[in-house]
Amino acid sequence: MGFKNYCFRKSLWVFHFGGASCNNCDIEILDCLTPRHDLERFGILLVGSIRHADLLLVNGSINKHDRERLVEIYKQAPKPILVVAIGACGCTGGIFADSITFAGPVDKVIPVDAYIPGCPPKPEAIIAGIVKLVNKRR
Amino acid sequence: MSRKTLIPIGPYHPLQEEPELFKLYCDGEIVKDIQWVTGYNHRSIEKLSESKTYEQVFFLVERICGICSTSHPFAFANAVEEIAGIEITDRTKYIRSIIGELERIHSHLLWVGLAGHFLGYNTVFMWAWKYREPVLDLFEMITGNRNSYAMFRVGGVRRDIENHKIAEIRRVLGEVKSKTDLLTGAVMDDPVIHARTKGVGVLTRQDVIDYGAVGPTARASGVAIDVRKDDPYAAYPLVDWKVITSEAGDVFAKAEVRLLEMYESISIIEQCLKGLEKEKEGEINVKVTEIPEGMGNGRAEAPRGEVFHFVVSDGSNSPARHKIRAPSYVNIATFKKSCIGQTIADATITLAGVDPCYCCTERLAVVCDAHSGEKLMNAKELIERSAVRTASLNKEFNCNK
Ligand code: SF4
Repeated sequence: MGFKNYCFRKSLWVFHFGGASCNNCDIEILDCLTPRHDLERFGILLVGSIRHADLLLVNGSINKHDRERLVEIYKQAPKPILVVAIGACGCTGGIFADSITFAGPVDKVIPVDAYIPGCPPKPEAIIAGIVKLVNKRR
Repeated sequence: MSRKTLIPIGPYHPLQEEPELFKLYCDGEIVKDIQWVTGYNHRSIEKLSESKTYEQVFFLVERICGICSTSHPFAFANAVEEIAGIEITDRTKYIRSIIGELERIHSHLLWVGLAGHFLGYNTVFMWAWKYREPVLDLFEMITGNRNSYAMFRVGGVRRDIENHKIAEIRRVLGEVKSKTDLLTGAVMDDPVIHARTKGVGVLTRQDVIDYGAVGPTARASGVAIDVRKDDPYAAYPLVDWKVITSEAGDVFAKAEVRLLEMYESISIIEQCLKGLEKEKEGEINVKVTEIPEGMGNGRAEAPRGEVFHFVVSDGSNSPARHKIRAPSYVNIATFKKSCIGQTIADATITLAGVDPCYCCTERLAVVCDAHSGEKLMNAKELIERSAVRTASLNKEFNCNK
């Protein structure tokens, strides 16, 4: 295990970027942190600044207005950073892929490490996806 | 002359999950002016809707906003049914109202939680979200999904609530009711919450009328406006309930209105369940063969206020024009009244007080020159335009050879 992967073993700090979404994925992400699922007991914490984060969660389709901001946020992130695209929108554009303001799914804008499909994915699915990602890095 | 400081909040900030940018112009601690910028969430739904059939549009409008993912289909169904003159069955009416009210409960609980979070009172946040889970479980049982239920269609609903599920719904409602009692007690009696929310972000009755605010934001200032009473639809005229109002207009009153509304919702659902037991199982659809030419208005009371859908049909199988107005669009404008003069710390809870939902409210902005009316472009757009122009010139003069 390299030093980089060693860093991802515990207490992932998460920054959440909501693109042009319908809000459901955002709510389900927050739901993971509340008492039923309670991810905080594993040290997973939602942080307010990308500069503190190990993991960037991106949900929602990316529109022309968001695109540059997402690139900017990715540039500011301390590397290495794991990027997870959440929801049908994040993975492919979903129902909004034909929209006139659509500027590509997340992986057209920044490199993505894992995809969690679903509209919205259940909190269980989000947790399972992140666990898989972290285990793969071991 | 005093100097104003600009404090930007957003667009990606930990306060709210959705992207939006607030610019607070402050003099010391006091907010002197406020501007908000959106567009980060724009998905051109009205345009997309014209490319989908009536059955497909339901899935699209459901994804305007995840939290009120029933209100939009509700209003759209009302609009299309008005065009086609469809009378839905009583069982459908009850089912629609049950889904609508369950959504109101989960949305208000969500707001109470977030409001607690904005005040720095995370216990309330965790409580409220914990008590919201059983409602989502109910949705999963009835519709198969926790959010985005796909329940509506023109002339009916997609799934029945079979009578054997009613007992379980009653049990969960009882549980939610006792938890709401606890939450209401905790919020209403808490001196910290009183100190932080009373007299903060006051909207007077006149402000509400001037800005055309709707929903709990208006009702907290004593304006008893509610589409369910004013323009009854679905099962609301068949059941007995009252519109909750409060007079103070501050954030506390908004919380009070929302908490008490949850009790009304529970009582509406209980009455609808009684009605459901009397109707025959399975009668949930009427046959719709075509949508004639015409125009229809559909309104529904979302947890945040009135949702309005306007549909023009040209007799084909998809809408010719679809106009949507969500409640936050008018509610957000009231920030000009409620935030100015507050301290920065109070501005955050005032912003959250109207329960704003930016994904509903998004508009596309094109910046034009005020004199000539010409569209202004940024550097990137100019470069793109020049590339297109060069390519076309090359083609015209065969430069590539
Ligand atoms: S994937 Fe579905 S639930 Fe998630 S943001 Fe997109 S439309 Fe909403």
